[in-house]
Amino acid sequence: MYKEILRSIDNIEIYPIISLIIFVLFFVGMFIWVVKTPKGHIKHMESLPFDENDSINSKP
Amino acid sequence: MNNSTLERFEYDNKIVKYFGAATIIWGLIGMLVGLLAATQLFLPEANLGNPYTTFGRIRPLHTNAVIFAFVGNSIFAGVYYSMPRLLKAPMWNSMLSWFHFWGWQLIIVAAVITLPLGLTSSKEYAELEWPIDIAIALVWVAFGANMIGTLITRRERHMYVAIWFYLGSFVTVAVLHIFNSFALPVTLFKSYSAYAGVQDALVQWWYGHNAVAFFLTTPFLGMMYYFLPKAANRPVYSYKLSIVHFWSLIFLYMWAGPHHLLYTALPEWAQVLGTAFSIMLLAPSWGGMVNGLLTLRGAWDKVRTEPVLKFMVVAVTAYGMATFEGPLLSLKNVNAIAHYTDWIVGHVHIGGLGWNGFLTFGMLYWMWPRLFKTTIYSTKMANTHFWLGTLGIVFYALPLYVSGLTQFLMLKEFNEAGRLAYPNFLETVIQIMPMYMLRAFGGLLYLSGTVLMMYNMWMTAKQGTFQATEEDQAPALTKAYNHTGEFWHRAWERKPVFFTILATVAIAIGGAIEIIPTILIKSNVPTITSVTPYTPLELEGRDLYIANGCVGCHSQMIRPFRSETERYGEYSKAGEFVYDRPFLWGSKRTGPDLHRVGGKYPDSWHYHHMTDPRSMSPGSLMPPYPWMTTNEHDISDLPAKIRTLQKLGVPYAEGYDQQAAAEYEAQAAKVVSNLKDAGVEVAPNTEIIALIAYLQRLGTDIKQKPTAATN
Repeated sequence: MYKEILRSIDNIEIYPIISLIIFVLFFVGMFIWVVKTPKGHIKHMESLPFDENDSINSKP
Repeated sequence: MNNSTLERFEYDNKIVKYFGAATIIWGLIGMLVGLLAATQLFLPEANLGNPYTTFGRIRPLHTNAVIFAFVGNSIFAGVYYSMPRLLKAPMWNSMLSWFHFWGWQLIIVAAVITLPLGLTSSKEYAELEWPIDIAIALVWVAFGANMIGTLITRRERHMYVAIWFYLGSFVTVAVLHIFNSFALPVTLFKSYSAYAGVQDALVQWWYGHNAVAFFLTTPFLGMMYYFLPKAANRPVYSYKLSIVHFWSLIFLYMWAGPHHLLYTALPEWAQVLGTAFSIMLLAPSWGGMVNGLLTLRGAWDKVRTEPVLKFMVVAVTAYGMATFEGPLLSLKNVNAIAHYTDWIVGHVHIGGLGWNGFLTFGMLYWMWPRLFKTTIYSTKMANTHFWLGTLGIVFYALPLYVSGLTQFLMLKEFNEAGRLAYPNFLETVIQIMPMYMLRAFGGLLYLSGTVLMMYNMWMTAKQGTFQATEEDQAPALTKAYNHTGEFWHRAWERKPVFFTILATVAIAIGGAIEIIPTILIKSNVPTITSVTPYTPLELEGRDLYIANGCVGCHSQMIRPFRSETERYGEYSKAGEFVYDRPFLWGSKRTGPDLHRVGGKYPDSWHYHHMTDPRSMSPGSLMPPYPWMTTNEHDISDLPAKIRTLQKLGVPYAEGYDQQAAAEYEAQAAKVVSNLKDAGVEVAPNTEIIALIAYLQRLGTDIKQKPTAATN
């Protein structure tokens, strides 16, 4: 049933172009995200696993 | 920090201990079953002479036990340990935690009971029947609700990358499981797939591929990003790289599923899409591997002495190897060699034994002494485990690569007369039998390492005192948070629900682009007018074929290669599978392809071959099925099956459900009389009759009339 509904969609050829645009935008957005992240924030994030007061865990 | 704002809370270690113990116990069982299956491949007597322990049913039991029981419980142990500590909040609801634990174990027990009984949907890594599928969905949702609840009650504003991986895994597995499990039930333990033929294959491998991605890979990457820095006592090499790793991986993975179906009857565009995205996946995978290995910068000296780090280094290396091999295998010309051979089995075990197994072991060796406030009972024993495991992987994988290539070369070889050099498939099997023995030896080594670990963990627990809860303190999150100057991505990062939706969108795009056009375009499945639905007897035979897991060793998909069309007959067309619910293309040829076996041999050949394969094919490693000649086949649910198939669109005439039993008997009588002419006396209501009828039907439709394929 849903097959028939989807089949009736017009301009199906636009889908690959939409996919390409989504694809490019996705990676551009991600790289902006990464580049714009301030160093201090990264320092905070990467130290999160070590924030514990547990004595055993902080032993080398 | 003002001390008065500090809140005190406790982490639940008991649930971690339970999941940890479960992963050890199920791991041992899963590996033991795997060893049995490996032994059956060179010693057919190891099938133990009954349907329940025969290879076809043991193989899915092994895969389910190691994937969902061993790896699954390991994921949950890792998540329930790391998540509360990263978020400075105990898991949201301990009732949900325990519902999750016992629910998951019950599901595994249900699998251990139903799979040997032959109650299976036959879809790889999703074999369990519909009531268990519903239970899985419920328990999985409980797990997700518990995670999201914890995120909402957290005291740390930002989510560490490990948690991103956990969340991404949760939503994707939920989506995959639901879409792949669509089926219409006939009885409590029998259902027919909502998809047929090519569509079913595409959905299944979209699932199968992404189950590997989001069950075996992304949760473990989350664990790697937590436990590896902990064990090395230094932060991850590049946090920025981990952001790139996460988003590219979850975005790209979903597109790559069709690489499991190259050269099959799947439409060409879908195959190309699968290959292209598989190649792209190499980038984030290796980014992640490099990030893991470089986390050990300046700590490599510790790798020499610390078994935890040894395990983790080999795990990350195996991840790198498997994710290099994956894109390689998705190239059509490499895939032509490796597909259906032992190469693939070797490939998945590099991932399974190396990446999942070793990361689990590393995590357990790190975690267990901390849970019991002690040190590891024996470092020497852990080191021995490491070497047994590593040698086990080598002895497991290498023979299978040799076996895969040998078999490929033999199957492809033509003599001067232009004929197949090895026309009998069995000749190639006999050649690789020694490799199967070596592989089983590798498995035995790996298993003995695991036994050693079990003892080590037991003694560690015994010498320590278990700390059921662990106290911690942190200030509550303040409502008044200064957002000014915060870029959009940082705002997203601290909104877990929004973040989860974002991750869902990322995976949904690839999934939709792969699935929608297949449903959309009718020309994807060329119709062949001479292809008709199965007769009642053939249908029952097909269900027996499914119940006995024949698909584990026999494909039904002849690829368009000269060596295959010469050996098996006309290559398989998409339109031939429109009544196949589920599809039975298979993924491994331990025996020959069966798509055109119909009419190739007389009924009596099949009878003797099923009773004792070696009487017809000396040296065969197929298990005998003598009970099928005496087991009566119950057809009381036949009308219900016909009605279910009618609802799914199979064009049986109206009221056919009432005539089905009579037609079943009429066709069975014909098979019985054929057998009688060959001197075999057998009752018409036995399983063998239905199975023979199905085998004789296979691939014969297009021979009925001149093919009228329209594309």
